[in-house]
Amino acid sequence: MSHSTKEFSNPVIRWIEYRLPIFSFIDSSVGTGYPTPRNLNYWWNFGSLAGVVLVIMILTGVMLAANYTANVGYAFESVERIMRDVNYGWLLRYLHSNGSSMFFIIVYIHMFRGLYFGSYKAPRELLWILGVFIILAMMATAFMGYVLPWGQMSFWGATVITNLFSAIPLIGESIVTWLWGGFSVANPTLNRFFAWHYLLPFILFALVFIHLWALHVHKSNNPLGIDAKGAGDMIPFHPYYTIKDTFGMGVFMIIYLSFVFFAPDFFGEPDNYIKANPMVTPPEIVPEWYFLPFYAILRAITFNIFFIPAKLIGVIAMFSSILILLFLPWLDRCKVRSARFRPLYKQFFWIFVLDTLILGYVGANPPQGLFIPIGQAATAYYFAHFLIIIPLLGVLEKTKPLPESISAAVTESGTSGKENG
Amino acid sequence: MQKKIFLSAFLALVLGSSAVYAESEKVPSLDWSFKGVFGTFDRGALKRGFQIYSEVCSACHSLRLLSYRNLKEIGFSKNEIKAIAAEKEVQDGPNDDGEMFMRPAKPADRFVSPYPNKKAAQAANNGALPPDLSLIVKARKGGADYIHALLTGYKDEPPKGFNLLEGSNYNIYFPGNQIAMPAPLSDDAVEYADGTKPTLDQLARDISTFLAWTSSPELEARKSMGIKVILFLLVLTGMLYALMKRIWAKLH
Repeated sequence: MSHSTKEFSNPVIRWIEYRLPIFSFIDSSVGTGYPTPRNLNYWWNFGSLAGVVLVIMILTGVMLAANYTANVGYAFESVERIMRDVNYGWLLRYLHSNGSSMFFIIVYIHMFRGLYFGSYKAPRELLWILGVFIILAMMATAFMGYVLPWGQMSFWGATVITNLFSAIPLIGESIVTWLWGGFSVANPTLNRFFAWHYLLPFILFALVFIHLWALHVHKSNNPLGIDAKGAGDMIPFHPYYTIKDTFGMGVFMIIYLSFVFFAPDFFGEPDNYIKANPMVTPPEIVPEWYFLPFYAILRAITFNIFFIPAKLIGVIAMFSSILILLFLPWLDRCKVRSARFRPLYKQFFWIFVLDTLILGYVGANPPQGLFIPIGQAATAYYFAHFLIIIPLLGVLEKTKPLPESISAAVTESGTSGKENG
Repeated sequence: MQKKIFLSAFLALVLGSSAVYAESEKVPSLDWSFKGVFGTFDRGALKRGFQIYSEVCSACHSLRLLSYRNLKEIGFSKNEIKAIAAEKEVQDGPNDDGEMFMRPAKPADRFVSPYPNKKAAQAANNGALPPDLSLIVKARKGGADYIHALLTGYKDEPPKGFNLLEGSNYNIYFPGNQIAMPAPLSDDAVEYADGTKPTLDQLARDISTFLAWTSSPELEARKSMGIKVILFLLVLTGMLYALMKRIWAKLH
């Protein structure tokens, strides 16, 4: 990473800087020495917000772990002890449990922003791919975290999801036994899930670091999706985006903490306040809301294809729905990044957003009646979007003319910040 | 009501509704003292609810996550709590002779359960297990509304053609409408010291309020902190917005 040649007047800072150039590193990363497109709108707030939530999750998580017991006999009770007897334990736990929902809302918006403005295109392919790994690590972390309170949904969710791996031919059963640490979801499962739930966020943190490293090479994309040409296109990150990100964080905290303080169980399932009982299956096993679209894709496959069983296809479809994003930079052949200049893609983008919402709605409902064909159609469309529509648009779409430069577009019509996509 | 405030179109669509309780009556929404941003528990209802728990529910239902000392939060004095605890016996030991012994419960002890274990509870209740009530309001869809509805939803006669199993009771709000618990409350089931008229509706409201407290004992501390935090954030964010506008005005 290139460091700015910023001069510091404070003698202590100069002494440290000479030996460890940390101040110029900060300056060139998030300070006056980091150039940023001048036209970023509020959709660009969600990256830094995700970082803030990750830090909140790690801090509250470490403090919760200090009071939690990973044993089937005590897990549920230790969580209730946190809620009732640990000083501000209820605050820590509600920050953490609602924080996971917020994390997913933010990251999903962050991803849709990338899709809309073409942030995955050259030269940011690796940046995007690292992001896909980040969402995968997030999902694994969230799934295992949900098991820890050892309520009914914890137990049965863990049972359903770990069982999916048994669909893998030949080694599936062995993988499941290894995940469980035995022959059913039981104490060894809880114990290892706790260990992994504590480990994964640090891997996530490392991935985020590399994600930012890649970001800082070619800098942020922008709503126009064109490369910065002159000095007039860029402004220093500090103070312009430090203040904008801080303001965004204020708005976010109001929303997040309103849930924490006034509706802390809004995102939760009542059944998870019943202690896990392997002898009683809940009437309906539903995953956390942020997994619902993927759950719908999993359940959409109700038919065998030749000799491949439906369950295996469902599992493949579910994982593919995320892994397909890895190939997006090459599926999309269109050179124009931003949907603002792609009239057709813009419409298909919103249809795709609607499709994921329909999948989420289907995932929340029992697989019966109309929900089955709707789920199947929405699943088919999900994949068609990436495999048919996007490649075709890359060839067929007639894009609108791109502006001369960022500054020309911004100063001419004053669209900066007005149009949010 | 709170939910409506926060419900964005996105969440409404994603969360959807599930059809678990579709077969039973819709639970009416009541106006609880602890509802809303400024809600607090009605102290009278909490004490009356505790009385109902002690005189009626505790015969079958445990409250295992609560300690007697917790009653201080709903207005009982130290001595009252000591007396309430001392009515029950708990096993302690071993003593210096290596013997286990029984002693009166202390404020630091957990609420003593009516049965020594699950099997004993089932054996005494025709095979049905009376659930622990510590978290019951948070553990049921509809929360306190549902508890109130359930307690007032018994009907002496099931509708014609309904096949009621032996030992079951008909309740319009219970999923499947067959519940093992016989109607636990009726008009004048307990005698209130504060002169409140113990109608079935009143009793159901009081016990539901008490159980809402056992589920969320942090509710009042949480909401009062929340109001301060949100007010602070509104001011801070407003100032941040003004600062942002000022900084960005320099550009061009």
